[in-house]
Amino acid sequence: MDYNTLVFLVQQMMFFSIPLLIVALGGMFSERSGVVNIALEGIMIMGAFTGVLFIYLVQNAGGDSLSGQLLLIVALIIAAVFGAIIALPHGYASIHMKANQVISGTAINMFAPAFAVYVARMIRSVQQIPFNNIFWIEKIPGLGDIPIIGEFLFQKTFITTYLGFLILAVAWIVLYKTPFGLRLRSCGEHPQAADSVGINVYKMRYIGVLISGALGGIGGVVFVIPTATTFDATVAGYGFLALAVLIFGQWKPGRVLLAAFFFGLMKTISVTYTSISFLNSLPIASAIYKMIPYIATLIVLAFTSRNSMAPKASGVPYDKGSR
Amino acid sequence: MKKTRKLIISVGSMNALSSILAIVAGLVAGFIILLVSNASQALGGFKTILTGGFSDMFNLGQVLYYATPIIMTGLSVGFAGKTGLFNIGASGQFTCGMYASILVAIKCSFLPNPLQCLAALLAGVLAGAIWGFIPGILKALRNVHEVIACIMMNYIGMYLVNHLIKVTGIYDQLKNMTMRVPTGANLPSLGLNSLFSTATEQGSVRPSSVGSGILIAIIACILMYIILEKTKFGYELKSCGFNREAARYAGINENRGVILSMVIAGALSGLGGALLALAGAGRGIAVVEVLAGEGFQGIPVALLGLYNPIGILFSGILVAYLTQSGFLLQRLNFAPEIIEIIVSIIIYFSALALLLKGVIKVFFQEKDGTGDANKEDGDGGDG
Repeated sequence: MDYNTLVFLVQQMMFFSIPLLIVALGGMFSERSGVVNIALEGIMIMGAFTGVLFIYLVQNAGGDSLSGQLLLIVALIIAAVFGAIIALPHGYASIHMKANQVISGTAINMFAPAFAVYVARMIRSVQQIPFNNIFWIEKIPGLGDIPIIGEFLFQKTFITTYLGFLILAVAWIVLYKTPFGLRLRSCGEHPQAADSVGINVYKMRYIGVLISGALGGIGGVVFVIPTATTFDATVAGYGFLALAVLIFGQWKPGRVLLAAFFFGLMKTISVTYTSISFLNSLPIASAIYKMIPYIATLIVLAFTSRNSMAPKASGVPYDKGSR
Repeated sequence: MKKTRKLIISVGSMNALSSILAIVAGLVAGFIILLVSNASQALGGFKTILTGGFSDMFNLGQVLYYATPIIMTGLSVGFAGKTGLFNIGASGQFTCGMYASILVAIKCSFLPNPLQCLAALLAGVLAGAIWGFIPGILKALRNVHEVIACIMMNYIGMYLVNHLIKVTGIYDQLKNMTMRVPTGANLPSLGLNSLFSTATEQGSVRPSSVGSGILIAIIACILMYIILEKTKFGYELKSCGFNREAARYAGINENRGVILSMVIAGALSGLGGALLALAGAGRGIAVVEVLAGEGFQGIPVALLGLYNPIGILFSGILVAYLTQSGFLLQRLNFAPEIIEIIVSIIIYFSALALLLKGVIKVFFQEKDGTGDANKEDGDGGDG
């Protein structure tokens, strides 16, 4: 494998890894606070739908007050807001109503794509929402000229890549270096103990769910922008994959990053192997390459899952009376 | 009066009542959405949702046809759920089962008629069981989270089947899907399709697609109910679901329980795929990179049915009924996705059982005036 191929692989890998990273980090906040969030898929769809719809509406209105990267940033904010809004009912059911957290998550997973198609059809009479993809960055001035690093990280990219790393850094600091993070984690490990020292378990869990909603929504837009020019009410199962990355990453930010990179790299190889001469010359059917990310993940998990680090109280409704 | 109230507040009827309330809430939400999108057609649209599936025998037959595979995947999710496992892999198991049954149906044309169909059904069951076995054994022996293993198996199954369809020579290039199953291998319709049919205006009879598949699904539901509720094996599986540690302490082999539960769940999904492939309605596997929807529909069906096999039978029919109504809704220029919105809201409200039960209690207590049914019951118990 030559140098250029490696650069190409890393650049491509970001497009797969970063949305997984962002959404899995969102799921991490929810699960570390004690609420299982299987709704990530639906939340991503909701975020992608509202974000892309906003871009479409602005671009169609023809105004140039909002353009370029600023448009993308506003779309990301809108996606975050709507992601949080759609996550709220999940929080209400799981926290206040002590419901089975899989049920409300499934409801959201079902609601979001149906809602996206329904609204898109009301607005455009077809379910696809196209957008003009003007967000690609050929080369970042200055940074892109740094030898090696510049080529790997600052060329042929989207701002969403850096947003992903920023979210990772912030997530790590918040979770491990702030009193808030400690409290949030305690609610996922032992809510009774947390409550006994005056932490509001309900509030913490709501915050966890809302963060996961916001990051899930952002992740939806981050997934769609680099890989498509229309949004078709689907994020291709990336919400579920993010859930897998979260479990794979043992609910820890650093390991979630590694898991996202691992899966992203495998996925990149599976879709770009034809442009890698060494792999293309092997007598392996394309279907086998497509299965690689999933088989590799299973194998790695089989050797690393012996000691699961799942938050102990994740998925268990907190009942004040049962203390 | 006190007796009726006690009856209403008993656990079983409470569950049923809160399910009904959830359905009502979903339908009301659906009506509001219809009103917002097109007020003039809303009433007609709502009537279609309520009565569309029953409007004639043909539609009723289609309801049963659509219900068959999702009852099976719902049963699959529900059975694993009873053992405390979340089988999100019904989609992959369904696809593998469907592929295996189509393959056997086409390749084993040398077998006499009933055997050919039987072999195809068994192949579907077996393929689904294998696809459930892998997450099961990974969970039992390597502690791999069954949700993540199932998600991976879904994708592996989808890509593998897409590949195998082309390699094993059952690929129809023009339609980009599997070839048609030979008529002889199809499930017997037992006259159900002509029973559930409607005469068209031209005078011909339009039969629906329902066949003996729905009967097999009903038998599967009853069988699973008996296994779970009436056998020692079922009791062991359920106790693994209630409390794994306690089950192990009681001498139950929990690893065996996990593996067998996933194998059975996979087999049920695989059978669902086989029933759809052999229904004789020309359904095959399209070679596209999309996970089979029937597998994911099984999750809401299982949840609405409260993981109970008999409940799943009815919730599967309910979801299929609403889906069929959704097709008819297109005549009024409404997008059929409204049905999925309604079902999702029904599921959401069924999660709020606590709230709904509270509403029921308040309602029936206030009617009585004295309003303290629980206290009365408690006093009786003390005396």
